[in-house]
Amino acid sequence: MGKTIAEKIFSKKGHRDATAGDIVIADVDLLMAQDGTAPLSIRAFREMGGQRVWDPSKVALVLDHNAPSPSEGVSRLHASIREFAAEQGVHLYDVGCGVCHQLMPEQGHVRPGDLVVGADSHTCTYGALNALATGVGSTDAAAVMRTGRLWFRVPRSGRVEANGSFPEGVYAKDLALEVVGRLGASGANYMSVEFEGDAIEGISVDARMTICNMGVEVGAKTALMRFDAKTAHYLGGGEFSPVAPDPDAHYEWTETVEVSSLEPRVSRPHRVDDVVSVGEVAGTPINQAFIGTCTNGRLEDLEIAARILRGGRVHKGVRLIVAPASRQVLRQAIDRGIFQVLLDAGAVPVTPGCGPCVGTHDGIPGDGDVVISTANRNFKGRMGNGLASIYLASPATVAASALEGRITDPREYI
Amino acid sequence: MRGRAHKLGDEINTDYIISGKYKFKTLDMKELSKHIFEDLAPGFAERVKPGDVVVAGENFGHGSSREQAPLVLKEAGISCVLAKSFARIFYRNAINVGLPAVTCDTSLIQDGDTIELELERGRVRNLTTGAIIEFKPLPPIMARILEEGGLANYVRKHGDLPMEGGR
Repeated sequence: MGKTIAEKIFSKKGHRDATAGDIVIADVDLLMAQDGTAPLSIRAFREMGGQRVWDPSKVALVLDHNAPSPSEGVSRLHASIREFAAEQGVHLYDVGCGVCHQLMPEQGHVRPGDLVVGADSHTCTYGALNALATGVGSTDAAAVMRTGRLWFRVPRSGRVEANGSFPEGVYAKDLALEVVGRLGASGANYMSVEFEGDAIEGISVDARMTICNMGVEVGAKTALMRFDAKTAHYLGGGEFSPVAPDPDAHYEWTETVEVSSLEPRVSRPHRVDDVVSVGEVAGTPINQAFIGTCTNGRLEDLEIAARILRGGRVHKGVRLIVAPASRQVLRQAIDRGIFQVLLDAGAVPVTPGCGPCVGTHDGIPGDGDVVISTANRNFKGRMGNGLASIYLASPATVAASALEGRITDPREYI
Repeated sequence: MRGRAHKLGDEINTDYIISGKYKFKTLDMKELSKHIFEDLAPGFAERVKPGDVVVAGENFGHGSSREQAPLVLKEAGISCVLAKSFARIFYRNAINVGLPAVTCDTSLIQDGDTIELELERGRVRNLTTGAIIEFKPLPPIMARILEEGGLANYVRKHGDLPMEGGR
């Protein structure tokens, strides 16, 4: 029997012939933690008797969720992370560098065929680079810091085959939401989801990351894509060890999506998997719009938003908050005139990082507020106020909605 | 392990267990546990007694990787979580911090029932109704972590990860 990408990577990193269901203890190529998870990781590392991390070049800590610090308590935790990073000589991305899931790929920490462990659930984003990347909690992350390894159950695999080309006004986010809507919040629990098809081949690495990012929203352990010329170009060339599935690999199921007939999709409050076409919620008045996050804060996303916002003005009474995914994204958006367009339209820029996604700062909605966001979660209270409602959509849908002051089909602007 | 059941529904995510707006501020779990289930079940922190059991439906603990979720449950006095299914990161985190998480048919448990968990025997007894619910015991590697009170204790004591099926 042939192997899936996940079975191949776990076999290689676990030094045994492993198939779905097997337990392996595998070598980890990169360990990432962010400011919400690193403090507990550091504490657990000490509790484990940890003195030195196994390989400082393979550990990266990112201050992004709550950065710059909005309170003394957070400042103390940030200081403890900086101190640990200096003591151990690990990579530190301090406040303003960007979102961890943009920085790890962008700054060259992730290679095809790697096994990456991150103390953040959206670590699965790096599957777009053909790396098996999975989110864990702080204690697992500490065990990796201490030993360089972690135990895993090799996941069963499912396959999403996306065919055709995206119509105008329909993007990778719409495909991601479509898949979440179809599979449901636990539809791929504990599984690896491989994305295939010419629709994936046709889109950029930025867009592929949007799709893999939302793998965890169907419960997946990891989301994976094949390596191709675009991946190589993104990584700047060099030698690669990509992993492709065998033709006779076993998949539990295959879900086929014809993207040519896909419409802009929206997740309704308070469930990511409550997905409808934009038409069903069009006209809903909004108070706040947010473009950013590890799902949709990349250059291509800002460019898509700018195309719609160009020459327009954010609707009176609506805040449009923009958080570029990284400093590099911000710089490129400035260089290409994209940021100027966003500012001219009335957008409120915040620090590269997670922005208001997780309810810590940068735009906590008010009681009864309706928000449309490019993020990946819309749980009640997610943005810091349990009395607010959050819709999730593509940067285009969010931009069009910001202009109109109500949820709007972006195709009206294209 | 014996305690009173707090019955919750399906799809309880980690933001509902402990909101992100609190968890980034402090490592003081006592402080954080005051806000447990705040948006979902206001007043839960006051109602919960040491030894109580959280009983839920499908996909308990989905969402964020925050380990504060099982830690605040433990801090609040919850002795174990029973659910029809768990999201994978929460499940690992619970075991890693020494909080038993058991996948079983929770439809035979109602809010307020008294529950006894027999972890090694793989069964839950509902002392209120007399029902017995059997479950598949934990994989050996997780059972060993739980026996040591969590992964940090395990690694401190043994100097390495539990070994199974690997090198």
